[in-house]
Amino acid sequence: MLETLLETLKTGSGFWNPVVWAVAIVIIFLLVYILRGFGKKEYKKETGQTQAFLSGNPEYEKESMHVKGSNVYWGFTETLKSVYAVLKRMHNGNASDYVLWFLIILAVVFIFVGLI
Amino acid sequence: MIFNIPFIAVVAMIFIGLFAVLFKRNLIKIVLGISIIESGVNLFLITLGYREGGVAPIYTSAPSDAITNTPGSMVLPVPQALTLTSIVIGVAVLALMLSLVMHIYKQYGTLNVRKIRRLKE
Amino acid sequence: MNLIDILIQHSPPLIVAVPLFSAFLIPLVSRINEKVRNAFALVMMSITGFFIALLASDVFANGPRIYVFGAKDLAIPVVRILFEVDSLSVFMAIVTFILVFVSLVYSWSFMKKENDGLDKYYTLILLLVTSTLGMELTGDIFNFFVFLEISCISSCALIAFWVHKAEALEAAFKYIVISSIGALFVLFAIGIFYAQYNALNIATLSNVLQFTFLDKIALVLLVVVLGMKAGLVPMHMWLPDSYGQAPPSVTIVIIGATQASLYGAFRIISTIYGNFFNSTDLSVVNFVLNTNAIGWVIIILAILTILIGVVMALIQTDFRRLIGFVAVAEIGYIFLGMGVRLASKYVESVGNVPTAIVFPAYGSIALQGSIFHIINDCLDISLLFLVAGAIYYATRETSLDEMSGLARKMKYTTVFFLIGLLAVSGVPPMNGFSSKLLIYESTYQLNPIISIIAILASIMLLAVFVKVFYSAFLGPKISKFENVEEVPKSMLIGMGVIACIIIIFGLFPNMIIHYLVEPAANALINNAQYISTVLGGV
Repeated sequence: MLETLLETLKTGSGFWNPVVWAVAIVIIFLLVYILRGFGKKEYKKETGQTQAFLSGNPEYEKESMHVKGSNVYWGFTETLKSVYAVLKRMHNGNASDYVLWFLIILAVVFIFVGLI
Repeated sequence: MIFNIPFIAVVAMIFIGLFAVLFKRNLIKIVLGISIIESGVNLFLITLGYREGGVAPIYTSAPSDAITNTPGSMVLPVPQALTLTSIVIGVAVLALMLSLVMHIYKQYGTLNVRKIRRLKE
Repeated sequence: MNLIDILIQHSPPLIVAVPLFSAFLIPLVSRINEKVRNAFALVMMSITGFFIALLASDVFANGPRIYVFGAKDLAIPVVRILFEVDSLSVFMAIVTFILVFVSLVYSWSFMKKENDGLDKYYTLILLLVTSTLGMELTGDIFNFFVFLEISCISSCALIAFWVHKAEALEAAFKYIVISSIGALFVLFAIGIFYAQYNALNIATLSNVLQFTFLDKIALVLLVVVLGMKAGLVPMHMWLPDSYGQAPPSVTIVIIGATQASLYGAFRIISTIYGNFFNSTDLSVVNFVLNTNAIGWVIIILAILTILIGVVMALIQTDFRRLIGFVAVAEIGYIFLGMGVRLASKYVESVGNVPTAIVFPAYGSIALQGSIFHIINDCLDISLLFLVAGAIYYATRETSLDEMSGLARKMKYTTVFFLIGLLAVSGVPPMNGFSSKLLIYESTYQLNPIISIIAILASIMLLAVFVKVFYSAFLGPKISKFENVEEVPKSMLIGMGVIACIIIIFGLFPNMIIHYLVEPAANALINNAQYISTVLGGV
């Protein structure tokens, strides 16, 4: 029973053994923790060493500085504006358009399967 | 059957129903379109069971050659059972759709399908 | 015969009959008390689970089992309705049972704040369970259509459960319009089958099918409609609407119904058309090109599904709608495995004479990855919906723009969300990684671009959920969330059960594949055994 629990998953061209991976990750975390303990421990609190650096801008209160959910990936969505414009036009929420897409795919698949 | 008119009627009803669902703006006309498609499919099921010169498939007055040579001179009975089931399902779906249309009218104030689009993108 | 054998022999109809019977008894039981009604639903579901476990142990050991309705023995030609249960059906029934049991435990306290209508809620959930289990156990294609319609009606009524919200009604209306048109096309295809072959039984149809032009029309209708019910792009637009507006404990049962439609598509491709798509007999040499065509159609639709699902999920602001788009993307992975298997069939020939038809080895690995991904996808997406429900219960907010800093008060929910995040993006050691590894490695050998797109989509899924984790759980405390506290115990127990199953499946994947997934995949491609169980060695 223990033997089947610890077997590795063999795909045709690779393998994966999660128990070995978990043991390896624990050992690596222990190593990282020990190495972190070799760092410097003394620093001056309440001076400029512990404040956040915002490129010279003043730091407001935390509630108004939190980035809202829809703005988190602004760079990504701004670059792909043309792709998102097409997708938003496709998803316009009209109930008859749902049936129209279904019929278009039915016609395309029928031509593909019927002619080959 | 003469020139396969029932099969042509089936295709015509399905296309008319799909036209109503795709291009009409009133929600109730969309529901009517679905009902026409359902009638077309039911007609298809009954038509495929027709045998030339057959009688209605009633068990107690089955013609004499129904056992030796099924179905004999009867029309096929199984598609009629399938059609009855489908008509009942169609009535239930129609009732549910119409009650949803009533609730939508109370909330949105309009029956135009192009304005009932709060869930988009 | 002792009692266990009698129970096993009668278990296929009992699995469908017990939820149906208790669905009609719930309005009577709910006159007594609320707690009695909830406990009654849980007890009846446990009895169904006991029957499913009995049937599973029998089918995995002895092969497919049939149950004939209305007669003691089967007479050929088959005219009775049959339930035919093989390993894949039992696998899907186990998946459905886990989802429904967790949903009933979760909704004990999630729906407690509703004023009335809860007896109708329990009735409709048990009817939806009946129809899902019926779709998975049946051996007759018109019976499949009837159960499909029952699931369509009950899930539409459940999506519109919160009738005071306008968006829920709109989602339910769009769902029932597209579902009923799809179901009518399925009935058309069943009519085509009956007109040519005078049979409605799946095993009989599989035996006598010749691949005429009308059969091609029926194949396209059935596969496209069942793919639409499962959520292939671009017919997927009802899915984020409905999953996002239904109560979360209902959404996970609707996920079970979606997987049952996917099971139907697999059953039709592999069993009804099995003599042409699955067999390696030399007589079907002319149909190898058809197999490859269907395979490539499914692969292209699956890749589109994965990409569009993930790309649209990145810009959503409503929490549950975002998880709905992720659910669309995960369905693409499941179809990808089946498509790769069908598209990889080829003919070996010496000179111009064909000598053998071969399925390469990576085809069956792809199919095993697909079937393992069915259960992984259900568990992961359900955990995410339950977390979204817990946040809605505690804060009454659904939009990601209004949430912040919830990890301070809701510690258990944060841990469960982390487990769900890692599982759905395919990060080791959770179960998502094992099934996605099988899919990546096998699709790479057909065409590397497919595998690259799948891995890219997994990375973007991780990005989507890191955004959700940051904006909902991390961040500063805000004043309107002063009174938020952890959710009640039954919701935590529901989420905990799924999280434990996810971790167990992740740490011991080979055990699950050996005992559950490999028999299911072998049963799917072995349609000779399916036919001979009914027609007796023809």
